[in-house]
Amino acid sequence: MDKDFKVEESVDVKKVPKRIAFIKGRTAARVKKADDEMVMTFPNLVIIEIIAFEIMVIVLAIVSLLVDAPLEWIANPEHTPNPAKAPWYFLGLQELLHYFPPVVGGVILPALAVIALIVIPYFRINIKREGLWKEHRKQTFLVLIIVMAMVSFILLMFKVYAMLIPTLIVTACMLIPYFSKKEVGFVSWLDTRPLSWWIMTWFVIIVVILTAIGTMFRGPEWSWTWPWEGIY
Amino acid sequence: MKMFEQFFQSQVWRSMFRHGLPESDRTRAETIFYNFFLHVHPTKVRKRSVRFTYTWGLGGLSFGLFIVLTVTGALLMLYYRPSVPQAYTDMKDLQFVVSSGQFLRNMHRWAAHAMVAVVFFHMLRVFYTGSYRPPKEFNWLIGVILLVLTILLSYTGYLLPWDQLSFWGISVVTNMVRAIPFGLGEKISFLLLGGNIVGENALVRFYVLHCFIIPVVATVLMGIHFWRVRKDGGV
Repeated sequence: MDKDFKVEESVDVKKVPKRIAFIKGRTAARVKKADDEMVMTFPNLVIIEIIAFEIMVIVLAIVSLLVDAPLEWIANPEHTPNPAKAPWYFLGLQELLHYFPPVVGGVILPALAVIALIVIPYFRINIKREGLWKEHRKQTFLVLIIVMAMVSFILLMFKVYAMLIPTLIVTACMLIPYFSKKEVGFVSWLDTRPLSWWIMTWFVIIVVILTAIGTMFRGPEWSWTWPWEGIY
Repeated sequence: MKMFEQFFQSQVWRSMFRHGLPESDRTRAETIFYNFFLHVHPTKVRKRSVRFTYTWGLGGLSFGLFIVLTVTGALLMLYYRPSVPQAYTDMKDLQFVVSSGQFLRNMHRWAAHAMVAVVFFHMLRVFYTGSYRPPKEFNWLIGVILLVLTILLSYTGYLLPWDQLSFWGISVVTNMVRAIPFGLGEKISFLLLGGNIVGENALVRFYVLHCFIIPVVATVLMGIHFWRVRKDGGV
């Protein structure tokens, strides 16, 4: 058990008087170093903000000069394009609708994703952020295998290979530190990843893959088309 | 040079900026806390939080994109009427009649796409650095709402050109909304579209949501978001 407090001292007593910080459970993100070197906000930070903003506007202007925003024929409710696609950030969802019934793909899964994002900071496990395998190794292993088997089974049932394959790869990566005894390099890095890290990384991989498939690999009747056959 | 010095000493200048030129640490600090726009920052920041790769400037860039979108959006409003078929003919006018109209629309379009991506990357950065931990839990929640609002802003804007892309893009998503059970989906979709199909009522509603309601809500939440970042020890 680590001690609950830490004495902080500064070499420069005028600048930072001696102080004691009570850090219960070592959870707060704020207190990490005894004292940090400080710089004036103006000009050090302000100049970076201005330069970053200017570069952004310049890049936007160049892109806007080179690439025109799309404009098709006037809206016609009589004529449905094939395929009819949502804006790109919804194409992951539209891809889900291809596999799951509308209530699951269009309502339950996205609602779960938003709720999961909101509750992240309210779970103690996400605050402590300790490696997945740090405590209760056997129990964690069992729960992980059961949950992942269930998820994989559902994905297999609906033939969602685009989600199944990344899910299996992520699970394999989660299991590497359990079986490997190596304490250096990539394996030990994997070993220190907390549960929330794994879930978020899995989520991001799935979102990117589904969005990419919906954007570039889907053509008429939502059939699989390669990007070189045309992007719809 | 002398002229400038006299100007900076003049009563007019001093009435606007009460501090001297930022030549000493004292006046540099005053530059921050006597300025309405800069006072969200502390006068001093940790050296490591100034490093660009600490945050990748993603939150700041999201705000920057919001400013670009507000400016280009306001200019676009001058040439746009949310009715059928004027909405579409106004797009054609922007393309062929209005000076730099196409450029203006391009800038608005690409900045909007960029903002969705940048806000998402900002969320990832905050997650992977664990910056959602107490006392910042609630600010993370506001951030998630702002991400949703960013997507809604982009989505409501998507209908406005009133071309095939807009019409069917919006139809696809409103059909998803209809899938919400217990008859709620139908109600929400009716409220959103002002009818059962994507028509002129939907165009007006999306226009008002896009140009007024969502930006105002987002601006208020951004104010709270930045203020809380500062109060919790950020820059």
